[in-house]
Amino acid sequence: MTTVQDLPNRQITPRPVRFARAREFLRTHRSLSVIVGMALFAAALPVIVLLPPFSGFSGQAVWLDGFTIAGIYVLLALGLNIVVGLSGLLDLGYAAFFAIGSYTFAFAAAPFTHNDFPFWPMLLVGAVMAAVFGVLLGAPTLRLRGDYLAIVTLGFGEIVPIVFLNASKYTDGPNGIGGISPPKVLDYIFPTTGNPWPYYLVMAGLIAFSMILIYRLEESRLGRAWMAIREDELAAASNGVNTVTTKLLAFALGASTAGLAGVFSASKLTLVSPNLFRFDVSFTVLAMVVLGGMGNTWGVAVGAFVIFMIQNVVLKQLNLFFDSVQVPILSDINFIQYQFLLYGIALVAMMLLRPEGLFPSRRRRRELHTEEDPSFAESGDPLGAAPE
Amino acid sequence: MSGPAGTSDGAGPEIVEAEIVVAEAVVVREATAPEAGPAQGEALLRARSVTKRFGGLVAVRDVNLDIPPRAIVSIIGPNGAGKTTFFNVVAGILDPTSGSVEFAGRTMVARPRRTWLEPILWMLPAVLVLVVAFLLGVQSRTEAEVLVTAAVALGTLVFTLLLAIVRPSWYQTLLARYLGVLRSARPNDMVAAGIGRTFQNIRLFQNMTALENVLVGMHLKLRSNLIDHLLSTRRQRQEEDVAARRASELLRLVGLRGRENEVARNLPYGDQRRLELARALGNDPALLLLDEPTAGMNPAETAQMTQLIGRLRRDLGVSVLLIEHDMRVVMGISDHILVMDHGERISEGTPDHVRRDPKVIEAYLGAAPT
Repeated sequence: MTTVQDLPNRQITPRPVRFARAREFLRTHRSLSVIVGMALFAAALPVIVLLPPFSGFSGQAVWLDGFTIAGIYVLLALGLNIVVGLSGLLDLGYAAFFAIGSYTFAFAAAPFTHNDFPFWPMLLVGAVMAAVFGVLLGAPTLRLRGDYLAIVTLGFGEIVPIVFLNASKYTDGPNGIGGISPPKVLDYIFPTTGNPWPYYLVMAGLIAFSMILIYRLEESRLGRAWMAIREDELAAASNGVNTVTTKLLAFALGASTAGLAGVFSASKLTLVSPNLFRFDVSFTVLAMVVLGGMGNTWGVAVGAFVIFMIQNVVLKQLNLFFDSVQVPILSDINFIQYQFLLYGIALVAMMLLRPEGLFPSRRRRRELHTEEDPSFAESGDPLGAAPE
Repeated sequence: MSGPAGTSDGAGPEIVEAEIVVAEAVVVREATAPEAGPAQGEALLRARSVTKRFGGLVAVRDVNLDIPPRAIVSIIGPNGAGKTTFFNVVAGILDPTSGSVEFAGRTMVARPRRTWLEPILWMLPAVLVLVVAFLLGVQSRTEAEVLVTAAVALGTLVFTLLLAIVRPSWYQTLLARYLGVLRSARPNDMVAAGIGRTFQNIRLFQNMTALENVLVGMHLKLRSNLIDHLLSTRRQRQEEDVAARRASELLRLVGLRGRENEVARNLPYGDQRRLELARALGNDPALLLLDEPTAGMNPAETAQMTQLIGRLRRDLGVSVLLIEHDMRVVMGISDHILVMDHGERISEGTPDHVRRDPKVIEAYLGAAPT
């Protein structure tokens, strides 16, 4: 025993961690900190929009409505982060699960189908339905990797809205299903227009709930298995990780979050139609995950929120803003027309300047910034690469 | 067969105190350890006429190998001799073209797997029900009937998917034994049976810490399920604590004390090899497959690794199947050596026997001029 341990140990001095104790507390009381953080965030946002620069654009109710819709995207990004960020499976058809969740609730609670199931249990049903289809998509893609997986998921993402479009007997085709009933608590029916608070608070609750569960998954042996598959699938299998079920679970759990988001969005918009679930939704959510910081749950959530706000609010307000200050050339530009151009430029800049995303996970930063690592700078990569 | 305490009597204390300098003496002692001799008892691993073809190339032809419990068996041979291919067959990564691998009395790998069939087979019952339900639904007129058929179909689908995730053994037995498909172990099935392995080119989870690497290796030892994960139950937390302690123990065993929280990629080369070994030990294997464990190490590190392998056998009672190029390691530590060249067995036996075999010398050095 002694000989092996008495090696000349090259001590690597650890980088000092700021707020080490606070971080430790957050790590050990994860659920509590998510709830408190989410509560603070949800309480701060309505106050912030009352302050000068924001209050000039629109009233608090409009802002809160926007935040609620942003919350749908936050949920989607959180779910996709399980598949792409944690397990490393590129999924380009994620909007399909969103669509399945939405249509599940539309079938269950709309005049079109003469059903009126309550909202709250349907949240669970929508999540389960999406999870089932997640496994259905996952099963044939188990043997595929990287690019090939992406193409198959892309195909799935195209198929689902088209099925909803063409099965017009059941879905009313391109018109979609309208008049979906809002949630009810006891006798109180959520107002779909006017008072935005009920939906806003439910959304905050849903996000906190999902984040807690995702953090728990991440820190369990399942989360470790996901990371192992992302790092090296063959090595993971050779260490006893059942890659088939682990990947299927990633697809299923990722999809179930989209199902939640779908049920909520159907009820919030009181309408589902196939063109709400086109490829650009999948793409936007993927961009949110990448820009937010793949693999870092709260980073992805914040990233999704910020990007949604930029894309859907800030660019619109730019018009208003430049109109009001009368800048000669800028006020003639319709920024909404150019939103994808600006968005694309932002993506390119981001990938060049900060490839690991706004709020990268520890691991991701390690992957992309080896040269900053003290031990790497000293001795190079253990596999022989020289320090750059 | 003597127990672990008995075997360590003679060689034990000296190995513990041995310095790097006298490692060679240790190696010699290991070879003469009393429990040597593959003939004892039932074989742990039994490979029967394993053949593997890649297109026209026969990488492994008709190789038989028995590994008794607590033995160290080596495979040597020039580059391209088919050692690693054979290894991968045993580890369940490749399927043999013909032949079989038995482990602890069970046939693990028998015929080429048909992986493309697998999803289809799992989905088959559900799809059948869906088709029937669809046909019924088309005929029925009333709304209620359609709803009921749809519910039944979806229910079956969900049920089958859950089955596919849980993977009940009866369905697998049905497929494997009675329908004759899927009679082949995947790598994780081999791990579950008790085989751990390392890789020739280190395949650690580079961005995870040393402790996390070992915890992944202990994946099958942990029993918490999805419900535990989601609720973060006391059972899971306790299990994780125990697992983390066990993982640190394993790290200490291979000589990585105090490196738990270091990222795998930052470890020096020799430590990475050791970490990979600790990871393979995480599942308490009965058989360790080590693919060139001392490749790229300096003589001192090689001696340590050799010692470590001997100690694993002595303390943990594992068998070891070793691929190695360093003859000092092989000759010193092995009970039994299999020599391969061009995919075929050219010699087999004790180190002394193999060392003198003219065929082996020819394979390594070329034929002597006559």
